[in-house]
Amino acid sequence: MAIDRAEAARIAELARLDLPESELDRVAAQLSQVLDFVARLDELDLEGLEPTAFAPPHAALRADLPDGRTLEPGAATASAPEAEFGYFIVPPVVENLEP
Amino acid sequence: MSGPAPWRLSAREVAAAVRDGSLSPGDAADAGFAGPGARFEGEVHALLASDASARKAAAARVPRDGVLAGVPVLLKDNLCTVDHPTTCGSRILEGWRSPYDATVVRRLREAGAVVVGKGNMDEFAMGSSTEWSAFGPTRNPYDPSRVPGGSSGGPAAAVAYGLVPVALGSDTGGSVRQPAAFCGVYGLKPTYGRLSRYGLVAFGSSLDQVGVFARHVGDVAEVYRAVAGSDPFDASMLEGPAPDVSGWAAGVRGLRFGWPANLWREGVDGAIVAALERAASWLERAGATRVPFEFLPGAFAVAAYYLLATAEASSNLARFDGVRYGLRMRSDELATLYTRTRGAGFGPEVRRRILLGTYALSAGYHDAFYLKAQRARTRIAHEYAAAFARCDWMLMPVTPSLPFRLGEKTADPLAMYLSDVFTIGANLAGIPGLSVPMGLEASGLPVSVQLVGPADAEPVLLRAARALEAEGDERNIPPGHEKEFAWPGKR
Repeated sequence: MAIDRAEAARIAELARLDLPESELDRVAAQLSQVLDFVARLDELDLEGLEPTAFAPPHAALRADLPDGRTLEPGAATASAPEAEFGYFIVPPVVENLEP
Repeated sequence: MSGPAPWRLSAREVAAAVRDGSLSPGDAADAGFAGPGARFEGEVHALLASDASARKAAAARVPRDGVLAGVPVLLKDNLCTVDHPTTCGSRILEGWRSPYDATVVRRLREAGAVVVGKGNMDEFAMGSSTEWSAFGPTRNPYDPSRVPGGSSGGPAAAVAYGLVPVALGSDTGGSVRQPAAFCGVYGLKPTYGRLSRYGLVAFGSSLDQVGVFARHVGDVAEVYRAVAGSDPFDASMLEGPAPDVSGWAAGVRGLRFGWPANLWREGVDGAIVAALERAASWLERAGATRVPFEFLPGAFAVAAYYLLATAEASSNLARFDGVRYGLRMRSDELATLYTRTRGAGFGPEVRRRILLGTYALSAGYHDAFYLKAQRARTRIAHEYAAAFARCDWMLMPVTPSLPFRLGEKTADPLAMYLSDVFTIGANLAGIPGLSVPMGLEASGLPVSVQLVGPADAEPVLLRAARALEAEGDERNIPPGHEKEFAWPGKR
């Protein structure tokens, strides 16, 4: 399973990760090496087996019931890179539209 | 107080001394930082943060009647704390402070423990050597040219050199058991769902479990007892109370241990094979029976793990985007803010795993990789279930090798991943594993063995570990005494 330079760049874009041009070949080679290794799963007999998402004995997660405790907005934003009035500040995501 | 210096004491001895008033929590918390501890830390670099005033304040307010009264603990830096930064060993979280304590941290404090700082780790717990910390590697206290293991290398090393008697780490694929083995201390990865993950920064949510480091079996039991149990803030916890581990010294007479010797027929260091034979003979001396059988080689577990854990990581680490925490690389455009922040903030191993996980989950590859790995996970769990129909626990290696040298595996990710070949299976199956030190081999490096049991087998694993601590005969450890720890260097 070979990943080439272009594929590495595509995955980086999907992952929202800046990857320097100079690293693409090395990353592609390393990912290919790991994918070659994981191909050995084909040697396992998986006939009739269901996928496991959580380890047994976890038949189901318990109900997600809030208990009322919560963070104050000021505490939640205290370590944010930019925040004001209890809100996280980000660059504009909606353009001004013509009226 | 008279007797041994406080830094040499077990956690239970510290707590007893604090409860009877012969040792103050402040002196107990400071003890590891003075004298030989300071010398070791300069060379080993187990600590990422240790705020002396936070330590003093914590020591001043701990309950002096708790089971862990005044016991100093070090926490892996992916456990959230209000009084120290939580960086996960990453530039992207440098300086970040959590607004809350992790549940396990809160329980430690309620039991009287004093958090003395945060321990170094591979960035976001991804690594097996603590060389991938953004803040420099931790070194092995027994040989500073060698790694302490990882990803919880800082906590493991700190327990070994005497900074603290106990510490907490996290184990997603062996990150407590493998550094415990490399540093010659006990390292417990509990059953998935028994220790709360609330406030543990997520890596692979279906695999992550908080784990315990200690120099004595009884201390592992005491800390487990203090932190285990259900938590409404963690939806993945098992129902009902955690198993009772108070009988950790009850012996192993009449129990059976599995002996899957095909796993170490090749590729395992001779000193580790010798330690396995020694451990088996001690368990037999204590009255347990050896049950030989063949077991599925760990390479399949490694293969499944590096798809599942990376897939979960790529999703979990999406939250680090320069908006809510830590580092931000400025841009006028939101998408660019994300990509630049993540490119600059994540180190090479984290980037590699995010990319691998993104690929395994991407359109067209999901069934071939992720789904197949999930089905392999089912197969692996079945293999363990079949084994535990025949024995109470399995005896096996923790690692194929003794501690390797710094730089030996950083250029070869797959070689690094394969150092977890004996630990990953327990995470996939959600079962407990315990790394047990077997002393030092000829060159002075620690050598360890692993006990792996079915879900909720912690009481049995601790009983077996105690049988090994006593070398098969409880009379080797007089009542009221601890076994002398194999301290590094001339301690």
